[in-house]
Amino acid sequence: MPRQPLVQFQVDYLQILDENGRVDAALEPSLPQATLLQIHRCMTLARLLDRRMHILQQQGRMGTFPSCYGQEAAGLGCVLALRPDDWLVPAYRETSALFYRGLPMKNVLLFWMGLEEGNYWSPQLRVLSIPILIGSQTLHAVGIALACQIRGSDEVTMVFFGDGATSEGDFHEACNLAGVYQAPVVFVCINNQYAISVPRCLQSHSETLAQKAIAYGFPGIVVDGNDVLACYVAAQEAVQRARRGQGPTLIECLTYRLGPHTTADDPRRYRSEQERLQWEAKDPLKRWRIYLEQRGLWSESQQLELERELLAEIDAAVRQAEYDLAHADPLEMFDFVYAELPPDLAAQRREAAEHVAQTDTVSASARR
Amino acid sequence: MALRNMVQALNWALRQEMARDERVVVFGEDVARQGGVFRVTEGLLEQFGSKRVFDTPVSEAGIIGISTGLALAGMRPVCEIQFSGFMFNAFHQLGLMAARYRSRSRGLYSVPMVVRAPWGGGVRALELHNESEEAVYAQMPGVKVVIPSRPRRARALLVASIRDPDPVVFLEPKRVYRSLREEVPDEEEVFPIGKAEIVRSGRNLTLITYGAFLQECLQAAELAERDFGVTIEVIDLLTIVPMDTRTIVESVKKTGRCVIVHEAPRSCGIAAEIIARINEQCLLYLHAPIARVTGYDIPYPFFAREHAYLPTIPRILDAIRRTLEF
Repeated sequence: MPRQPLVQFQVDYLQILDENGRVDAALEPSLPQATLLQIHRCMTLARLLDRRMHILQQQGRMGTFPSCYGQEAAGLGCVLALRPDDWLVPAYRETSALFYRGLPMKNVLLFWMGLEEGNYWSPQLRVLSIPILIGSQTLHAVGIALACQIRGSDEVTMVFFGDGATSEGDFHEACNLAGVYQAPVVFVCINNQYAISVPRCLQSHSETLAQKAIAYGFPGIVVDGNDVLACYVAAQEAVQRARRGQGPTLIECLTYRLGPHTTADDPRRYRSEQERLQWEAKDPLKRWRIYLEQRGLWSESQQLELERELLAEIDAAVRQAEYDLAHADPLEMFDFVYAELPPDLAAQRREAAEHVAQTDTVSASARR
Repeated sequence: MALRNMVQALNWALRQEMARDERVVVFGEDVARQGGVFRVTEGLLEQFGSKRVFDTPVSEAGIIGISTGLALAGMRPVCEIQFSGFMFNAFHQLGLMAARYRSRSRGLYSVPMVVRAPWGGGVRALELHNESEEAVYAQMPGVKVVIPSRPRRARALLVASIRDPDPVVFLEPKRVYRSLREEVPDEEEVFPIGKAEIVRSGRNLTLITYGAFLQECLQAAELAERDFGVTIEVIDLLTIVPMDTRTIVESVKKTGRCVIVHEAPRSCGIAAEIIARINEQCLLYLHAPIARVTGYDIPYPFFAREHAYLPTIPRILDAIRRTLEF
């Protein structure tokens, strides 16, 4: 009875569009031209909005918020593989993917301006609320996937989370449950290398995060997360597998948070400028633009025109959001706790009304 | 004596106890290299090294679970949960395990650990970064709950907590982390767990609070004295569990009137427990029903509405007036 290898495993790495804009023609997916341009639009919008939100935050017109700068490709690339009736469970930096899905910009603004209304959008989008508690949403995604499985529909659920989330129990329980039930779910880990100050190497001793899937009995793959095409191809495979009833997949998208964790964070305390510059050279937007230009789909003048257009859209959305903020009723905080307001809570609502009437509105407080 | 804010005072306590007792170790998310997101643990890594000060993965159940293990093996862990709301991720470890080891092993094992966490709202923070969940720990027999309100007591209570033989949840009111400075003596101070403090004495009404709202209560007491011509006794609870019932009861016996202020939701909150104790021990001394000024029984709102949720000086004054006029 000799000792012999019992199980071996392999984790692939996929890159299709490299940091210089060179594409691997053998692996290149065929996406409609309109989609290629839409990708560019969503990533550019996410980046421009991010910059605007920084300014608004510094002016006191926005709360603390987590930038998605540098991570615009990964979520979007994966979401391209979904049908409109598939479920999308985001983390909190998937702005570009949310825009691709059709989420209004105003929602993103309102959420980070401190209004629950930011989480209210059309149920037809099939996008779950933006979570704050790290990794908690992975289990909800498995539950949603199980609901689809139980009802016999072929919808797939895709859930996003970061490298830090893979240390939470919720993530491991989600993976295990998804594996056991062969739930039609795609786990997408946006590995941006840092959980606030803690680097990826101190988050887990695993060589890859994707390999954690192996332990739960389903495949994992690592992709270049700044490469929309690689994210899309890996997600397409995973979505098809889930739709065929072949269970979950874990995709680890390697990317980098080029900005701070949130506006309250100073990354100079824990990482070098040199490291940041190395990743800046791998910017997902730069290479996407080269890709479009090489196909004759894009030019400098189109870029300028697009940016003008998007900045005008941002201006309009900020105006709308600030209007909503100024007119938000503070007492609405009582109205969605339960389907029906219980009598004692109704009494508290009346009590609050007296005090609110004496003081101010939401916006007056926000300006304090 | 030097003026210090609460962050500096807590940092001082940690340094002092780490220097005094090599069993003390400090860990949590972003506490080492970053010095904590609020900088309470700043400089500890440099002074005491990475064996005693270390960053953890994002893993609250893990943090409190290994802290329990460290304590069981004779260490004195002081772990940090980055925001107290995240403690819910570790509830089984805290409430079902750490809290019970002494009792379930009949004293063979015990868990002398401190779980520090920034707590409370009012800083325009994101969702789940504002929780005031102390009443939940009060339902975990075996756990002590300490909430300082000012720098000097914060330091002295953290020292007491680290030296305490049982698990202590140490909740730090982040709203006054830096906004408040106080003279803190150079020499070591220990303030006993389980002791409330009368921070302003008065004859006509007892105003009880803890945490950041001590500031609003002191201002309200001053305004009430000016406007209503009465004197108000202000009690800073400092320890939630075990509660200093005696100080409360003695004060209420003297004043006959009581208002309790906390930012946590009202129902089944700490104020409800205080009212029950007063009813049990000095009901017949009361001249008026006891009033509560609290958060409402709703999820803590996103920050654009938090001003309408949190107690305010006008709300406290209103409750004082109603209680006096009853």
